[in-house]
Amino acid sequence: MLWVWRLWMRLQTLVRRPQVARQLDDEIQFHLEQQITENVAAGMSREEARHAALRTFGNPTVLKEETRETWGWMWLQQIIRDLRYTARTLRRAPGFALAVILVMALGIGANTALFTIVRSVLLKPLPFGDAKRLVMLYEVTGDGKYPYNVVAGGIFEAWQKETQSFEQLAIWGGSGYTLSGRTGQLPEQLQGTTCSWNLFPTLGVQPALGRGFEASDDQPSANATVVLSWGLWKRRFGSDPAIVGKNIHLDAKAYTVIGVMPSWFVYPDADTQLWTAIYHEAPPQVMKDLDNHNFLVVGRLKRGATMDQGRKEADTIVKRLRDQYPFLAAIGRGANARWLFDDVVGDYRTPLYVLLAATGCVLLIACLNIANLLVARSSARRKEIAIRSALGGSRWSVIREQVMESLVLSLASGVVGLAFAYRALDWVIRTRQDMARVDTIHVDTVVLLFAAGITFLSGMFAGGVSALSCGDATGLEALQQSSRTHSGGQRKARLRRTLLSVEVGLTVVLLVAAGLLLKSYKTLRSVDLGCITQGVLTMHLALPDARYHAPMQKAELFERLIAEVRRLPGVQKAGLVTVLPGEGHGGDNMFTIIEHPPLPKGEMEYALRRGVEPGYFEAMGIPLLRGRTFLDGERLERATSVIVSDLFVRRFLPKEDPIGRHIRVNIDGAGPKDYLIVGVVGDSRSLMSRPSEPMMYFPLYRGVFERAAIAVRSSQDATSMALPIQKLIAQIDEDLAVFHVLTMEQVIGRSTTDVSFNAELTLAFAVLSLLLASVGLYGVLSYLVAQRTNEIGVRMALGAQRDQVLRMTLADGLRPAALGLVLGLAGGVVTAKMIRDLLYGVQPLDASVFAAVAILLLGVASAACLLPAWRASRLDPMVALRAE
Amino acid sequence: MSKPSDLVQGTLDLLILKTISLEPKHGWAIAKRIQQISGEVLQVQQGSLYPALHRLEQQGWIKAKWIETETGRQAKFYSLTAAGRAQLQKEAANWNRLSTAINLVVRTT
Repeated sequence: MLWVWRLWMRLQTLVRRPQVARQLDDEIQFHLEQQITENVAAGMSREEARHAALRTFGNPTVLKEETRETWGWMWLQQIIRDLRYTARTLRRAPGFALAVILVMALGIGANTALFTIVRSVLLKPLPFGDAKRLVMLYEVTGDGKYPYNVVAGGIFEAWQKETQSFEQLAIWGGSGYTLSGRTGQLPEQLQGTTCSWNLFPTLGVQPALGRGFEASDDQPSANATVVLSWGLWKRRFGSDPAIVGKNIHLDAKAYTVIGVMPSWFVYPDADTQLWTAIYHEAPPQVMKDLDNHNFLVVGRLKRGATMDQGRKEADTIVKRLRDQYPFLAAIGRGANARWLFDDVVGDYRTPLYVLLAATGCVLLIACLNIANLLVARSSARRKEIAIRSALGGSRWSVIREQVMESLVLSLASGVVGLAFAYRALDWVIRTRQDMARVDTIHVDTVVLLFAAGITFLSGMFAGGVSALSCGDATGLEALQQSSRTHSGGQRKARLRRTLLSVEVGLTVVLLVAAGLLLKSYKTLRSVDLGCITQGVLTMHLALPDARYHAPMQKAELFERLIAEVRRLPGVQKAGLVTVLPGEGHGGDNMFTIIEHPPLPKGEMEYALRRGVEPGYFEAMGIPLLRGRTFLDGERLERATSVIVSDLFVRRFLPKEDPIGRHIRVNIDGAGPKDYLIVGVVGDSRSLMSRPSEPMMYFPLYRGVFERAAIAVRSSQDATSMALPIQKLIAQIDEDLAVFHVLTMEQVIGRSTTDVSFNAELTLAFAVLSLLLASVGLYGVLSYLVAQRTNEIGVRMALGAQRDQVLRMTLADGLRPAALGLVLGLAGGVVTAKMIRDLLYGVQPLDASVFAAVAILLLGVASAACLLPAWRASRLDPMVALRAE
Repeated sequence: MSKPSDLVQGTLDLLILKTISLEPKHGWAIAKRIQQISGEVLQVQQGSLYPALHRLEQQGWIKAKWIETETGRQAKFYSLTAAGRAQLQKEAANWNRLSTAINLVVRTT
C-alpha cells in the first residue's frame, strides 16, 4: 500500500501547497530558534548566536528550494508560470494572437481534413476479408490499345476452369432495374450488379440478413433471386426483416429476396442497390461468347500465389483461345491484372496526394510566418533578454518561454482547426459523392492523434526557430549592440530572409500547380461538346423487358412518348437518344464496310453506338452535314439505315462518298446485319475530357434499345419542364421509372466535378499562401527599415536622395522574394511533371502559367515591400537621428 | 564544515532512519543526535537534513506529526512507518555488507 501513501503525499503537496510551504518555514524557523537558544546558553550574545546558528544550518532559502523540489511538481509550477507569462504577453497583442491562431487553424484544419480523406480512401484496406489477396483480371484488346479491357463471358469461363492460382474467380456486370412501386410508391430505377453466385464468398463477406447466392440460384433455369443493399432495404422496405423470402418486382418480373447485405458493404460502387445472379440474368450466349466483352472479373489468390502467376495463367489461356479461334476478330490478345485496391482508388491517388501536399505547404508557410513574427518580437526584446541572462536567468528559461508561447498559440489553433476540419469534411463528403470510398470517410482516433501531432510540431517548429535565433544573442554583444544604435541585428535579418525565401518558394510551387490545374479546368469547360448545352433538360427512362419485350412494343412506346412530349406547351424541340453527349462511353460495336476489302488479320474497326429517333439531331443542334436523317417509315425490320459522324467518315471512308456505303454490324446480339449509310452528322463527344470518337447512330425505332434519354429544349426555364414530362410519362405507363433528371449543364458539371474540385482547392490554398507570404514580406521589410532608421537618417543627412533610399530599401525586400521565386519555379517544374496525369489540354511546362505566376508574385511582393520602402524614403533625417 | 556530499551517498537516509527508530524526533534533535553519537565526527550541515526528511516522508518511510514541545511550541516530529522500519533494516544490512567489504580490502592491502 506504499504507493497509495506516496500518491496521497504527492496530492497533499499539490493541493495544500501554500500550507505545506508555510509549515516548512515554521519547521526551519523552529530549528533555528532551538540552535540559537542552545548557542545563547553556551554563552554567546543574541546576535552572535543567530549568526552561528545560520552558519551551521546553511542558506535557508536554497535549502527550502531543495526541499520543495523533493515534493515533485516543480515542472508543473514552471509550466504554470510560463503559461501565465505567455497569457500576459498575448493579451498585450490580441490582434497578433488572433491572426496567428486563425492562420494556423486554417493550416491545421485543412491538413487534418485532407489526412482524414487520404487515410480513409487510400490508406485503410478494403473492408473485405483478407483483402490483400483480391485482384481484378482484365483482357487486353486485340489491337493492344486498351490493356485493361472488360472481359468476355466465355473467357471468364475458361479462366475459371483452368487457372490454378485462384481460390475463387467471380464475374460481375452492371445492370439497371426498375423496381415497381408497391401501394402508393413510385416506381424507381435502381443501379444493380449482376454477379456470379460466388462474388460475396470471393470478397469474403456475408449477408447481414438471410443468405447469399448459391450455385443453384446462378443458372438460367433457377428462380429469380435478389440480394438487397442495406440502404435500399431501409429506405424502400422500412428495414422489415420479414422481407427475406418475399417477392419484389424488378422490371415487372417477380424476384425472391434472399438476403440483405451489411450497411458497410459497398461494391462495386456506392450506387449499387441490389445484386442478382448473372447466369440467370444474362443471355446464355453472352456468357459463352469469347469476343463479346461485357464484364469485370475479380479473383481471390490462393495463399502463396502471386498476382503475376495469376496474370500469366490468364494470359496464356487468352492467347491459346485466340489461336484456336482465328476467325473471331474481336477476341483479346492477352490478360492483365491489378490489385482490387488499386482498381478502386487508383484514380484518386494522385489528386489526393497533391492536395495533401498543398495543405502541407500552407501549414509550413503559416509556421514560417509565425516563426518570423516571433523572431521579430524576440528581437524587440533583445535588451530585456540580455539583461536577464546577465543577471543569471538561464538561457533555457528564455527558450522555454518562447516555445511555450508558440505552443499555446498552436494549441488554440489546433482546437479551432479541428472544428474547421469537421466542417471541411462535411463539405467534401457532400460535394464528392462520386469519389470511391467516400462513405468511409470519418474522423477516428488516429486522425485526432494526427491533428494533435501536427499541432504540437507546428508549435515546436515556430517556437524553436525563433528561440534558437535569440538563444545565441544573450551575451554581452547584444547589450553592446543595443546600447549603441547602429544597423545591427543583421544576422537575425538573415535568418528571417532565409525563412522568407523558403516561404515564397513554396508559394510559387503552389501557384504553379494551381495555375496548371485551373487552366486545365478552363480548357475542359470550354470544350465544345458538339451540341447545344444551354436550356436543355434531359431525363432517362428504361423499359422493363417483361412488359416491352417485342421490338414493336418498344418502338411504339418511344414514338408515342416523344410525340406527346413535343405537344406539351413550352416545348420547342425534343428528341430521344440512348446515351447523351457527355454521359460517357455508352457502348461500341465492331463493324466492317462491305464495299471495302477485308481487313488484315488482327485489325478491326469499331465505333461508339447510339440509338436515336429522327428528331434528335435537330433537338440537340447537331448539324446534318450530308444526306438525310431517318424517315418515318424506317421502323422495325425496315429500319436498315445508319447515320455516322463526321469523324467516322474521315477515319474510315476518307476518300469516298460515304452515302450509299453499307456497314455490317451486330448491334443486338442477334447476328450481323447490313445498314446503309444515309447521312453524316457533326461530331459530339462522349465525355468532356475525351476527344471526339467515331460514332454510329442507329434508328431507335428498330426496337432493340430498351433505354433512352429525352432531351427537351424549352422557351421557358428548362427545369420547369421536368414535372409536366414526368406526369406525362406516368400517364402513359405508371410503372416507368424516370431517373437522372438533369439539365445539360449539370450533365457536363458531373463529368468535370473532380477537375474543378482539384483546381479550385489548389487555387484556394495557393491564394492563402500568397497572402501569407506577402504579409511575411511586409513584416520583414518593416522590421528592417525600423532597424536601419538611424543609418538611413545619416545617409540622408549626408545627401542621399529619397528615391535612392526607396530603391535601396525595395531591393532589400525584393531580394529574398526573387530568390524564392527562382527556387519556386524550379520546384514548380518538378511538381508540374508529377501532376502531369491531372492535366487536360495543358503541357506541364506551360510557359504562360509559369510567366503569369512569376509576374503575379513579383507584383504582390513589390506591393508588400512598397509601403515600408516608401516610409523609409519619407524619413525626416533630424527625427531619425534624434531617435537614438 | 562538512557538506552533505562528504557523506557516502545514501548514508544520510540511513542515519536519519536509525536516529528516529527509537522515538519520534524533530529536525534539530535529529541533527544533534547524529553529531553526539558519532562523537562529532559526522558534521552534517544541519539544513541539508530537511530535503532528506521531506524526501523520506514523500516515500512513505517516515511520517510527521506536529506536537507541542516542553517549551510549548509546535514542532514537527518525525517517526518511522512500518515500511520505514523495513527500509532501515535493509539499508543497515547493506551498510554492514559494504563496510565489512571495505574493511577487508583496507586490511589485506
